[in-house]
Amino acid sequence: MDERRLDGNAAAGPLREVFSFEVTTAEYTCEGCGKTDRLGTAMVYEVRGLGTIVRCPHCDHALIRLAHSRGRYRLDLRGIRCLQVEDVAG
Amino acid sequence: MPLSRTLWRLADVVEVVPETPRTKSLVLEVPGWEGHKAGQHVDVRLTAEDGYQAQRSYSIASAPEDERLVLTVDRLDDGEVSPYLTEVLMVGDKLECRGPIGGYFTWEARAGGPLLLIGGGSGVVPLMAMLRHRAAVGSDVPTRLLSSSRSYEEIIYRRELEHLAARDGALEVIHTLTRSQPASWSGYHRRIDAEMLAEVAWSPEERPLAFVCGPTPLVEAVGAALVGLGHAAARVKTERFGATGG
Amino acid sequence: MREGFISRGFGGRRRRPDTQLPPGQYLEDGFPVLSAGPTPRTPLEAWDFSVVGEVDEPKRWTWEEFKRLPSEEITRDIHCVTKWSKLGTRWEGVSVDTLLEGVETAAEYVTAFCDGDYTTNLPLEDVTGGKAWVVYAYEGEPLEPIHGGPARLLVPHLYFWKSAKWVRGLRLIADDIPGFWESLGYHNYGDPWREQRYWGD
Repeated sequence: MDERRLDGNAAAGPLREVFSFEVTTAEYTCEGCGKTDRLGTAMVYEVRGLGTIVRCPHCDHALIRLAHSRGRYRLDLRGIRCLQVEDVAG
Repeated sequence: MPLSRTLWRLADVVEVVPETPRTKSLVLEVPGWEGHKAGQHVDVRLTAEDGYQAQRSYSIASAPEDERLVLTVDRLDDGEVSPYLTEVLMVGDKLECRGPIGGYFTWEARAGGPLLLIGGGSGVVPLMAMLRHRAAVGSDVPTRLLSSSRSYEEIIYRRELEHLAARDGALEVIHTLTRSQPASWSGYHRRIDAEMLAEVAWSPEERPLAFVCGPTPLVEAVGAALVGLGHAAARVKTERFGATGG
Repeated sequence: MREGFISRGFGGRRRRPDTQLPPGQYLEDGFPVLSAGPTPRTPLEAWDFSVVGEVDEPKRWTWEEFKRLPSEEITRDIHCVTKWSKLGTRWEGVSVDTLLEGVETAAEYVTAFCDGDYTTNLPLEDVTGGKAWVVYAYEGEPLEPIHGGPARLLVPHLYFWKSAKWVRGLRLIADDIPGFWESLGYHNYGDPWREQRYWGD
């Protein structure tokens, strides 16, 4: 279901509030299957009122789990073994 | 100094036992409980956060010899308290109780018999306390329980009654199912009437002690029928449910 | 304020029709589907339910065996932490007391584990004593996958995220381990009547 992909998805919004880099072009290595891909291709599950879950499109492993409550974001990034972000300056 | 039975006590709910699809037994530990007689009841009080209170009476199902107090509650669909007690209350909660209350509708083994117990629906609850007391003290008073229920599944304490009757030749349990019966049912299948009582009750000459409990229409009909059959009114004790509602 | 112990969860008749709603909740007619991942589609032949962990003997049932266990009809109100409540929802399933019958344990906590990666944690005493079921029918029909079918946990006295969908077993554990939402800041216990939505509530 392509409407779940992070690319072009409003769900990227909450992630942009937490990260200062461009999330959709960052590359992740999945802790579940070991594949590396652009985060933009990952599948987003917006659980209305509860949180945002971003999953590897290859194996469904949860890459990012995000919740927001009482003025704080809580992030679980254990599903990402390694995250690669363009160094804008370099 | 208030009488101890007018004091509200905070009981701990230690067990909740489903008896039938609509009935549950609440097993309570009541601090300072001073004991009761079979047939008595307690008042239960619920308080909402804004102070609103609702209060109802429930017969005690446990024998005076039991360590814990047991109430058996029938859920009335449009009730205010019984849906709370059967669907919201759970183990670990507390419940305000007061009692025991009632001196008239009570039986102790030394009062003798023969003992005729007639109950409709949850009217069997105080009668069960009497039967449990009778078993606890090893009484051999000849006893008959005539219990009216809507269906087989709605017979409260069915298995325990089978058990008690199976090992006690002096106890007979007779059921009548008024709304539906299992295919193999060979027992009574109508409301209790004079004809049924004539078959089940002892003759007036044997001077049974009768306790009748249940919905008001049943109690009035049975009471009248027993007196009509010649039983002394003074030996027929009645307790009507329904005056204060669910 | 009148004297009297406040009875947990009692609203009284005057409050109908919004009867007995926990604080902050509203009445919902539909049945919202909230999902944190793809809907699992485990075929019944592959399905089983286990009781594992700190037990002397683990237990396991296939679907056939599970359906033969004594079951009950359960009618309860349910309350989601996202503020909707549904009253009088009707389920059919097996009491957790039945599943734990004969189980010897010193564990005080339980993790419900599921198809997908969902987990939730509860004190053992909150799933025993007639408070929890593993249900496989809703309103008289087999439970749909989007609502957690073939079977889900049902623990109506806590926020509904504790009623784990696609449940496959219970692991009894000595030390509590926060589950999927609990580890993201949701309250470890989750009593709707005390509005325990987040850690620190």
